Amino acid sequence: MDFLTGVFYFFSAILLFSGFRVITTRNPVHAALFLVLAFFSASGIWLTLEAEFLAISLVLVYVGAVMVLFLFVVMMLDINIDRLREGFWSYMPLASFVATMLVIEMSIVVGSRSFGLNVVPAPVPHPAGYSNTRELGRLLYTDYVYPFELAAVILLVAIVAAIALTMRRRKNTRYQNPAQQVKVKRNQRVRLVSMPADQPSSTKS
Amino acid sequence: MAYLQSLSGMYWPLVWSLAGIIAIVLPLMIGVAYLTYAERKVIGYMQVRIGPNRVGYKGLLQPIADAVKLLMKEIVIPTGANKFLFVLAPVLTIAPALAAWAVIPFSPQLVLANVDAGLLYIMAITSMGVYGVIIAGWASNSKYAFLGSLRSAAQIVSYEIAMGFALVGVLMASHSLNLVDIVNGQHGGIFNWYWLPLFPMFVVYLIAGVAETNRAPFDVAEGESEIVAGFHVEYSGMAFAVFFLAEYANMILISALTAIMFLGGWNPLFDVAPLNWIPGFVWLMLKIGFVLFLFLWFRATFPRYRYDQIMRLGWKVFIPVTLVWVVVVGAVMQTPLAFLVH
Repeated sequence: MDFLTGVFYFFSAILLFSGFRVITTRNPVHAALFLVLAFFSASGIWLTLEAEFLAISLVLVYVGAVMVLFLFVVMMLDINIDRLREGFWSYMPLASFVATMLVIEMSIVVGSRSFGLNVVPAPVPHPAGYSNTRELGRLLYTDYVYPFELAAVILLVAIVAAIALTMRRRKNTRYQNPAQQVKVKRNQRVRLVSMPADQPSSTKS
Repeated sequence: MAYLQSLSGMYWPLVWSLAGIIAIVLPLMIGVAYLTYAERKVIGYMQVRIGPNRVGYKGLLQPIADAVKLLMKEIVIPTGANKFLFVLAPVLTIAPALAAWAVIPFSPQLVLANVDAGLLYIMAITSMGVYGVIIAGWASNSKYAFLGSLRSAAQIVSYEIAMGFALVGVLMASHSLNLVDIVNGQHGGIFNWYWLPLFPMFVVYLIAGVAETNRAPFDVAEGESEIVAGFHVEYSGMAFAVFFLAEYANMILISALTAIMFLGGWNPLFDVAPLNWIPGFVWLMLKIGFVLFLFLWFRATFPRYRYDQIMRLGWKVFIPVTLVWVVVVGAVMQTPLAFLVH
């Protein structure tokens, strides 16, 4: 077993363990943190495939942005595990059907017939000057430019729709207008009152 | 050297990397210690005080006295706190602050890992710093810590986007994600550095860097007058000191990145005779020192932002400014004026 294989098994073991803990741990915050660990190990495995752009993007997007927001929401929820488990047995038949179908589909795809080393060979080691990022960018903006732009437009529509659906304007919300705050002058806020400087005589002893 | 190499055999790369890591982290920690001293002295003089002057000559041993004091203190773990996460949080805060230094070049040859996707690596690693803050606030089981961590996390996430877009501008100008190539693209004097063609991005990066490290005037995460001390209110002793170290290590990191991306890295101020005799390493340190001084200057000058003002500045001012400038740089690169942005 060479060094790279050892690294692969190391990351895979962590990935499988943390993936398993995501669904078995009772505390939702722990589950979210295990998911972060799973993303991180997956990115390590991608690095061994010389896909450094994808690996770093995985950390940047999922660990750095998506999971932070996820954790943010999960942290503030007061989740009652027993309430969540109430309907467990009524959902069980449907869930087990979906799970079985998933296992069958995955075993067809990952089975040795269509996924072995003879079908998908290990990537050829690249020369020293090879840049994974440059190559991906070139492909995305030449060969696959239409699918790529289409995906971008769909994402944009989704963003706009999500904002339009969740944005509500309450009548009684009070806003600050920063432009007005900056423009304010002294005499709009402070009034100088000139008072005669005198001393009440009664305090004198 | 050859004797050492034969002695360690196949572990040579490991030993060599370890030596490199120690050679970076040790000076960095000393730098952090003396940055706290510099901060107290600089702000002291700005406020017409003297600052620390009791321990050692002109107070120079003050950081060491502080470190010893913090080491001796007890680490109190609050009741109801999640012990494992409570202890893990400071580690998660300082680890990214140190790990990012792996790709920082100190001179054309002097870099621990000269990776091609260095800029992406920096963005990915620094985006993980927020976990320490969130976990610290949640694991402390205290409402002040929790509120502080929510504020801080929202602020860090918002300003990260603007910082990322500012770095996209650097990437467009230099055609590379490699930090050594980025500095080499700014070869020459002060007018060849990227701060000039990317001026709006330089300003956004500098200010977002202050917000990203939770420094004044963006330190609502600490907000002594409102929520005591923010996410690390329940921490004491060395656990608190680790948060402190991480904040200052992040300040030095942001300064180093600003120096490398926008201020020409190890390039001399003007590429003329007496100035380019000074080694590049010294120039880089001078630039980092200058940006760090700006950090301290800001703290002594500006009052704290209100929370809604921080969010407005991040989302409604910085992100549009950087987006527009990305388009401007992209458009200029297609015209005969492309030499302006290199």
